[in-house]
This record gives sequence, C-alpha cells and structure tokens, in this order.
Amino acid sequence: MQNRYALSHLAELEAESIAIIREVAAEFANPVMLYSIGKDSSVLVRLAQKAFAPGKLPFPLLHIDSKWKFREMISFRDTFCREHGIELLVHFNQEGYNQGIGPFSHGSKVHTDVMKTQALLSGLDKYGFDAAFGGARRDEEKSRAKERIFSFRDRMHQWDPKNQRPELWSIYNTRINPGESIRVFPISNWTELDVWQYLRVEKIPLVPLYFAAEREVVEQNGNLILVDDERMPLELRRKAVRKMVRFRTLGCYPLTGAVESTADTIEKIVEEMMTVSKSERTTRVIDFDQEGSMEQKKREGYF
Amino acid sequence: MDIDINEFLNRDEQKDLLRLLTAGSVDDGKSTLIGRLLYDSKLLYEDQLAALKRDSRRVGSVGGEIDYALLLDGLQAEREQGITIDVAYRYFATSKRKFIIADTPGHEQYTRNMVTGASTANLAIVLVDARNGVIDQTRRHTFIISLLGIKHVILAVNKMDLVDYRESIFNNICHEYRSFITRLKIPDLHFIPLSALKGDNVVEKSESMQWYTGQPLLEILENVYVTSDRNFIDFRYPVQYVLRPDADFRGFAGTIASGVVRPGDDILVLPSRKKSKVKNITTSDGNLKEAFPPLSVALTLEDEIDISRGDMLVHPDNMPRTARSFEAMLVWMDEKPMAKNTAFFLKHTTRTTRASIDQIRYRTDVNSLRKHEASSLALNEIGRVTITTSQPLFFDPYMKNHTTGSFIMIDPITNFTAAVGMIIDRPSINDQPNDEIFTDRATKKEHQEHAQDATLKNIVAQQLLAHEGLKLKPCRGEDGKLTIGVGRRLEERGISEDEALFLLNNDISASLADLKKLFAATDSDLFASLPETVQRVLIEMRFFLGSDAFRNHSRMIRAVQDKDFALATREMEQSSWFAKAGERGRKLLALMKENVRGER
Repeated sequence: MQNRYALSHLAELEAESIAIIREVAAEFANPVMLYSIGKDSSVLVRLAQKAFAPGKLPFPLLHIDSKWKFREMISFRDTFCREHGIELLVHFNQEGYNQGIGPFSHGSKVHTDVMKTQALLSGLDKYGFDAAFGGARRDEEKSRAKERIFSFRDRMHQWDPKNQRPELWSIYNTRINPGESIRVFPISNWTELDVWQYLRVEKIPLVPLYFAAEREVVEQNGNLILVDDERMPLELRRKAVRKMVRFRTLGCYPLTGAVESTADTIEKIVEEMMTVSKSERTTRVIDFDQEGSMEQKKREGYF
Repeated sequence: MDIDINEFLNRDEQKDLLRLLTAGSVDDGKSTLIGRLLYDSKLLYEDQLAALKRDSRRVGSVGGEIDYALLLDGLQAEREQGITIDVAYRYFATSKRKFIIADTPGHEQYTRNMVTGASTANLAIVLVDARNGVIDQTRRHTFIISLLGIKHVILAVNKMDLVDYRESIFNNICHEYRSFITRLKIPDLHFIPLSALKGDNVVEKSESMQWYTGQPLLEILENVYVTSDRNFIDFRYPVQYVLRPDADFRGFAGTIASGVVRPGDDILVLPSRKKSKVKNITTSDGNLKEAFPPLSVALTLEDEIDISRGDMLVHPDNMPRTARSFEAMLVWMDEKPMAKNTAFFLKHTTRTTRASIDQIRYRTDVNSLRKHEASSLALNEIGRVTITTSQPLFFDPYMKNHTTGSFIMIDPITNFTAAVGMIIDRPSINDQPNDEIFTDRATKKEHQEHAQDATLKNIVAQQLLAHEGLKLKPCRGEDGKLTIGVGRRLEERGISEDEALFLLNNDISASLADLKKLFAATDSDLFASLPETVQRVLIEMRFFLGSDAFRNHSRMIRAVQDKDFALATREMEQSSWFAKAGERGRKLLALMKENVRGER
C-alpha cells in the first residue's frame, strides 16, 4: 500500500456493502434478508452482522425452502441461526408440496417455478416485506451485470430491465408505493474470488458440501447428482457410485451438479478455480433451459 | 501455478480497486475492447468462452472470428438489436489491481446511462475510431466526464489497423482533442493508439506502432494513482443509522464522506450546532485509530447529545455550507420532462427533503457546449438550475467533494429518479434570509457578490490566454514582474494553499510513478512490496532530489532492491545529500532504520 489511506479492494467492497445494508435498515419499514444458506448468503449475513455490531440484525432472515434442498444445508441453517441468535423465517409453497411437486417427477422448470419462484413471491407477500436483500453478484451472469443495487419491483414483483431507476454515486432511491418493493444486492460488485477471499479472511463457516469428500452420486445428463434421500428414483439410485466431489453452488439437490475434486479447503478450491476454470453457474441446471433464461426468470420475480 | 496458492491469495487480498468507464459509440469497438481486456486478463472462464462461440454463430456480427462484444451484451432485447442500451458492470483483475468497468452506450438518447456510469468512475476511456477522429459524440462524452469530475482520462484511438497504423493520423486526432479539452477541467490525460480487435497496445505494446513510446492501455490502468483523488481534508460524516443495542452503547453509524477523523477530535453536529468529542471509532473488528473515506464505521461521542439520521458531524473549524438554496448542474433522467413547481423529493447524503427547481439559468448543448435559454429540461438534457429545499442541506461544491456535492431528485408521483445534480461552487443570490443563522461569515460575504455568468468567464479565459500567453516556467514580463501560468504574479500573489496542495499531489504522484518504474526494472512488484516507511523515505528523497540526483544514489537504491535495509541506511547516511539535509535527513534516516533488525 503506497498511501496510509489506500484501501484494499476487499476493504472497499466491505465498506460499500455495509453502507448499503444500513441504508435499507434506515429507510424501509419492513426489510428481510433472503438466506439461501450458500456461500454468498453467508458473506451477506456476516456483512449485516458487521453493519449493526455490537447490536443484532434489525431484520429477520427468510429461507425459501423448496423442500428439495440438500439435508446438510438445512441442518447447517438451523445450527448457524441458533448459535448466532438470528431470527429465521422459513417459508415453502404448501400447495405445491401437497401436490408432490419435485424435480424428478415434474422437471426442473415446473419445480423451479412452483417451489422456488412462487414460494418466494408468496413468502414476501405473506409478511409484507418492502425490501429484500439478496446475495446476487453482477459477475455471475450476463443479465445481472445490468441490474441496479437497489432494484425496483412492481406489485407483481416483476423486474423491468428496460425501465430501471438510474443509480448514481452511492445515493439510493428507496421510495416506493404500497405493495411495491425493492430487491437489494449489497454484494453486487463482488466477484466469485472476492467472496472466497472474504470467507477465508473472515473465517466464515460454510456448509460442508462446498468441500470435497467422498459422496454417493449418480450421473444424469452429464451432471453428478448427489443421492441425498429416498426420493431419488430407484433406477437412478442403482447407478450410484462413490466419488470425491464438491459443490460449487448449492440449491435443490436434484438440480445441482457436483464437480469431481479433491479440494477440501478454501485455498484448494481457489486453486482449482484458477486453474481448471469453469464458471460457477454451469453446475446449476436451470440456467440451461433456454438462452436468456435467467433474465426471463428475473422478469417474473425470481432472484 | 508458479506461486503457492496462499501467497497468491495474500497478494490478491491487498490489491486495490479501480473503477473505470468506457465511452464510445457502437461502432468504435468499445465492447470489443472490453472483451479483449477481460479475455486477455484471463479471467474469462472456459465455459463462458464455449457459450460465446456457440452464440457467435447465431447472432454474431463479425463473421467467423470471436465476437468479443457478445460477452457484454446481456439482455435479450439488446442482443437482437446488436447494441448495448444500459449500463453494464464488468469485473476483471490483473496481478496488480482489480477493475470494475462501467460499460455505457454511445447513443445520444442514452446520456443518462453514461452519467450513471461516470458517477462512480475514477477513470474514463474515451474511444474514437481512427478513421473518423474526434466527432460530436467524443465531445459529448468528454463533457459528461468532466461534468462528473472524473480526473483521469484516456483517449483511445481505436482501429489503428484500418489506417495502416499511421502516426500522423493519431497525432492529428490528439491535437484536435487537446484543443477541445482545454476548456474542460481534466487534470490527467493520456493518449493511446490501439487496435482492440488485433490487440495492439491493449495489453502488449504494438509491434506495428514502434513510433508510440507510451505505455499500453492495461499498464496505465494498472498504475494510475487514484487514492489521492479522494478528499482527505474536509471531515464530513453524514449520520446514516443510530445503533442503540442497549442503554450503554450509542453509536452513530455512517460512511466517512471525506476527511479523516480520530478519537479525541472536536466535532460539531449539524444542524443543531452542538459540540462534543469523538470517543471511539468502532467497528465489529475493533476500534480504529483513525477513519477516512470510504470506510463505514460507527462513532461514539463523549457527550450525550441528540443526533439522528440526516444530521452531519464535522470538525468545527472546517464547515460545509449550510443553505436551503443553491445552484447545480442538473441532468434530466426521466422520460417525463421537468415541470416547474413540482415538489420533488431531494436526497442528499442521508437527508431527504422536499425541493423545487426555481429557475433554469441555461441549458448546455452537449454537442457544441453552447448555452441556451430554457424553460424546461427533457430526458438527457443538462442545465444549470437554482434549487430551493424545505430543510437546509449541508454541502460542498461537487468539484471539491463528490459525496456532499451530489444529490438525486425523485418524482413525488412515480418515485422515479427524475434528475441528478452536482452542486456548483457559488452561493446562490436567492438564498433565503432565514438561512443566515446557519451561515458563517465567509459564506455570507460570498452571498453578496453578484453572480457572474459562466459564459463570460470562459470568453475571458480565452482572451487572457491570447493576451498574456501561457508560461510554464517563471519568467519576467515586459513590466519586469515574475509571472507563471497565465499572468499569475509570483512575487505579489504567489499561490494559494489549495493550489500548492494540488501541485504537491501531482509531484508526489510523479515521484511515485518514477520510483515504480525504476524498481520495476528488477521486479514489477518490488516497490509495492517494500515496507511503507521505506516507500515514504524514497518518495520524499525522489521528490526533493529530482530524477537524476536521486538516481546518483545508486548504492542505496541497489541495497533497497536487495531489501538490505541496514546497508541502505548506511549508504543513505554516507551520501553527500545527507550531509546537507539537516533535520529532514535525520528524520528520514530514522524512518529507514525502523526496518533494520535490532534498531527498533
């Protein structure tokens, strides 16, 4: 560092994120932090803890449970929130659950729409949240590169990419009418490497699925799917093999492919990331439904 | 990988961040240039490339070759039209720095997007097509860049391959641009001839343009020094949120807008004017000895005084202006044109108040920079206006302080961000008399001065340049007076403190750049890896001695390169410079000695 007032990129990003989180707490009546249990969410929660230290978070976390998450995610979630004294809300689509909607029987498109998008929207409506934090980053996917940090949603929770509010300096327009809401992305400007770096420096606990271990997986359409419970069809389970694998992203287990890896520390994961180079979203099956599919989902209200 | 992953991560963590803006038209090859930067900095992941190759065959506009532009055009609608229509943010890193690129479109109707991208940028790349040279759009972009106060500009003359890499073409374009840009305040300007498509002078120096002696684009981006662009002088702390976890703790959370604050500092609260002292600067990682922009912290005070969001903490001897009326350059961002007498919401730092636009002094045509009378502003139009707010604001001119000099105006019905503004360094003559209680004496005097027309100032500047001439070294005029610049009389007036600090800042930047260059001969990261105290000693010596005399200390320099600070200290002590340097020499020597084992 040449100047005593020069900041590292990570310190600068952290300061920006904390300011964004505080701004929401100050300006909105009923904010919530969407918590996906993944690594980006874990960074987000740590930033929120920092923003309000020595106090507690002035808003709850909301987990949208598709009922098909990895079991380790759920146990991690419950332990983490209990140990940190964080208020956790869990919401799922009761109707979809009763109908037995799931990726094996209904395919990724129907499952994602009913158990994720619709569940999210009904969860937000149920509590009447006027602002919802998400852990999306602009470097993840092309349509996200253009989204604002404070991203306006109409009464139907829809995003209009052609009519976004201009966002300048660090002045955020937080004004909405009743029923409308804002999605807020405090780590918009972080890259995947920044997230790993922060997890490492801050020693943030993570779901063990991120780290390589021998796990029972089946190969399906080129993806390695974990045998996480009995709901996986028997004919698939018969093909199960044990492999050293880890997950680059976490979501619904039938829709999240593992990668073969021996990386069992953050350092090794980064090393693999830098040398093997496979963009992280490729292991999420939903993005490949159609070109621009993420943008389509975002317009409809999915994160 | 050549280095251990831990070492890689440790180095990566220390990199700083440069936010840059690219401006140019669809056809200037802007997206290609960004694609090239991302591609060549090897951060494009394999499968993004694979997807790219697949897309190129379907909608790509460059037959056969990789279309770098497709990396960037995110939204479906834009892809179909083959143009970028909004601001997109892109991320890449090199071994030295991390970068955020705001990619903004070049079309006239999208001025608002460029203003958006420019608001957070440290540096701007203005692209021109070598075949077309400086066009209206180049002028428009440059005007917006200067309006938003970006201090570093690179004019990138692209598509040099299509003009046979001819130096004369490049020189003509630079000349034309320079004559245009003298009217705008841009302190740091670079010119680069390049071909984004072929990769000339993007990352590597071009083989085809041996006549170009400057650095390639990426090298400039990696080395431009931006920390000093921040204001570390005027402490401004807009209170964002009050932390009250229990009866014992009361912290005022916020982001340092400018200046430096330390525990024990006297502070004054605006608007109440109550005084106290800073007790602690708290963060969840422990208390800090000092805080500076853009850190987000919380301050606790010695006294219990009532402070809430929207208040501002400052040092009592360095106050912002407090007023309900001011002038600003306003950019209209809404499809719906400005309607006078609308009671907008105005958000400035953490304060939101009602505001009205009282008067449009003029509208600036962004192509000609001419000023026109106007009764309203429409989308993408820029004008100078007078604004009155219902509550007083605590502000500084935008050019001195981007955070306390900027604001947004929100339509009260649609809640859309209708306009954004930059406060101008001159008090409005329309200030309300009841603001007087808030206004210190210096400001009141300024109030009484009659507002001068900006056009007049511009014309007079041209006139004076012609009459006085431009002198870059002190020289005696016909009347025997020693002058510099444009008629500045050195003996009578000298220079002001602000001007001196501006020069100092430039000189420090130059010294630093020279040292980095000198040490890069051994190892490109060497200078950055030196202890801060050693860097400080070297910069001051280089500052004091100049390039040649500094290089005469070759034995000391070599010892520093070998990181043998004991030897470097001895060499320093034996130099002829040290014998003459007196107290300053002893102080610098003591700093150097801090790095010698056993001396501390």
